[in-house]
Amino acid sequence: MTLPLFFFYIFSAICIASALMVIASRNPVHSVLFLILAFVNAAGIFMLAGAEFLALILIVVYVGAVAVLFLFVVMMLDVDFAELGKGMLQYMPIAIVVGIIFGLELLMVAGSWFITPEVAGGSVLPIDAGVENTRALGQVIYTRYVYLFEAAGIVLLVAMIGAIVLTLRHKPGVRRQDIATQVGRRPKDAVEVVKVESGKGI
Amino acid sequence: MTSDLTDIFALAPAYPELALVIGAVLLLMIGVFQKNNHFMTINGLAIGLMGAVLVLLLFAPSDGVLFNGGFVQDEFSRFMKVLVLIGSIGALLVSVSAAEEHALNKFEYPVLVLLATLGMMMMISANDLISLYVALELQSLSLYVVAALKRDSARATEAGLKYFVLGALSSGMLLYGASMVYGFTGQTELGAITEAIALGEPSIGLIFGLVFLLAGLAFKISAVPFHMWTPDVYEGAPTPVTAFFAAAPKVAAMALFVRLTYGTFAPISTDWQQIVIFISILSMVLAAFAAIGQNNVKRLIAYSSIGHVGFALVGLSAGSQAGVQGVAIYMAVYLAMTIGLFACILSLKSDKGYIEQISDMKGLAQSRPFIAVIIAVMMFSLIGLPPLAGFFAKWQVFLAAVEARLYWLAVIGVLASAVSAFYYLRIVRTMYFDEPENNFAAAPMELTVVMGLAGLFVITYVFTFGGPIARMAEIAAASLH
Repeated sequence: MTLPLFFFYIFSAICIASALMVIASRNPVHSVLFLILAFVNAAGIFMLAGAEFLALILIVVYVGAVAVLFLFVVMMLDVDFAELGKGMLQYMPIAIVVGIIFGLELLMVAGSWFITPEVAGGSVLPIDAGVENTRALGQVIYTRYVYLFEAAGIVLLVAMIGAIVLTLRHKPGVRRQDIATQVGRRPKDAVEVVKVESGKGI
Repeated sequence: MTSDLTDIFALAPAYPELALVIGAVLLLMIGVFQKNNHFMTINGLAIGLMGAVLVLLLFAPSDGVLFNGGFVQDEFSRFMKVLVLIGSIGALLVSVSAAEEHALNKFEYPVLVLLATLGMMMMISANDLISLYVALELQSLSLYVVAALKRDSARATEAGLKYFVLGALSSGMLLYGASMVYGFTGQTELGAITEAIALGEPSIGLIFGLVFLLAGLAFKISAVPFHMWTPDVYEGAPTPVTAFFAAAPKVAAMALFVRLTYGTFAPISTDWQQIVIFISILSMVLAAFAAIGQNNVKRLIAYSSIGHVGFALVGLSAGSQAGVQGVAIYMAVYLAMTIGLFACILSLKSDKGYIEQISDMKGLAQSRPFIAVIIAVMMFSLIGLPPLAGFFAKWQVFLAAVEARLYWLAVIGVLASAVSAFYYLRIVRTMYFDEPENNFAAAPMELTVVMGLAGLFVITYVFTFGGPIARMAEIAAASLH
């Protein structure tokens, strides 16, 4: 057994097991944590397949941002997941149909691979083995595709402006911290010395 | 794998777009770092910037293909970009006086309009399926935000959301079509796709891709059967925003439609001509009948714009250079009529606020004769009565259809225009022959100027602007092949 194969089985076994746990665990926080585990192991499989850029992007984007966002949502929103999952059984028939279709498609893909391996393996654009993914992307993204790269940047800018202009509200009466005012505060502005007669109170 | 850009001067065909990006970001920065709301300043600067870009386009033209085929500047794109810029400038001008009441007096509004205009110009210049899609999304995303900008109004928010959901659906269809075209030709660049199609018999997959592409674009120009969002969005969005929606984005999407069909898919013209004829007839007929029952001016204009897209597509159905020239002329005239009409509607302010119902326009001719005259002229021009501009625009597209032996298409078009005369004339009747009920405020100066210019354009079109526009449109149409 070669070492990559060994790692492949480890990664895929953990990945499948944690994916199962995502839907099986009762606590939604546990589900999200298992989801993160599944993502990391999937990234490991990508790494073994030679797609190191995809592997790192998966960790950065999905683990770093999406899963943490899920975690926030799960913890901050008061969703009763037990209540939500109550009527799930009635969807079973359609889930079985979808599952069978998926299984058949998987068999067809695998079948075509066994029958005509040369077709399934052939790619329209052969991958240059001497250049790793990240370098290959870097070679074109700022040169050949610079226009699209910049255009996509402007689209994101519009998304950002839109999100702010549609949701940001300046509430009146909100107390903001003003360091200068705090530092410039004098005792006479804040402290009042009162001479209290004994037995009377203020 | 290198860039085709050697120095800054190689970018000359894209200078207008670059100027818009840099200007938009600068205006955004000015808006963000100013303590007070400087809507008026930013709006004025945005109008000035677009005016400068317009001058740059008209007087320092530079053609070419840039960014490894992603971007093209030719006579056609220049013609359409000039129209888009005029539309955006007009929309910002007419929103000055009404901005506060429509809760648009935020500096983000002109900035988003600038970015939407940038997206439209990139759409017009798109020469690759990927740049086409990115530009379309840039334009659409800005428009969704602008539609919902009046965020405390339930109707505006609904309009924005509806536009967003349906727009996302149309983008999905367009992308699906683009992926099929790429799959069956192996190319994303439009010129290369044309060559690949011309090589052999078109496959059924390619036709499928074409249909989906055109369905996605028909959404953007709001042609029937993809028009459902238009009346709701036009009615719900603040009126200045509706003025913007009705003018510039339609021109840009129509330009893209023409470039894809007449330019890229020229080798299979019989296939797309069927589609264009179909949506053209449906748009003309449905709009003519659906507009009859409308009481809201903005809904009426929405249906009217659907109908006019149908008329413009009559020219494209011909599949000839004269037809494309007709489309270009039609869009120019449509733009002038739309901006003029919205300038009139935005100056209709009674004691109760801005007027949107047709019944509120009763007796307008007695208190504000100038506005009433301009509205009447616009209505006659929209019907297509000679000697107004609308007549010559329709003449051109119907002539192209007749030359292409599509007699029945031209007949249906003329009949649809006759039916549409009913609802246009209803407004004229309400203004001139009903007893006045409201007091109307005087129109602000800039609206009077826009109304005057649009009226002048429409009335004197045949003597003044008609000739030059027809010549420019002819050069533009010729540059597509």
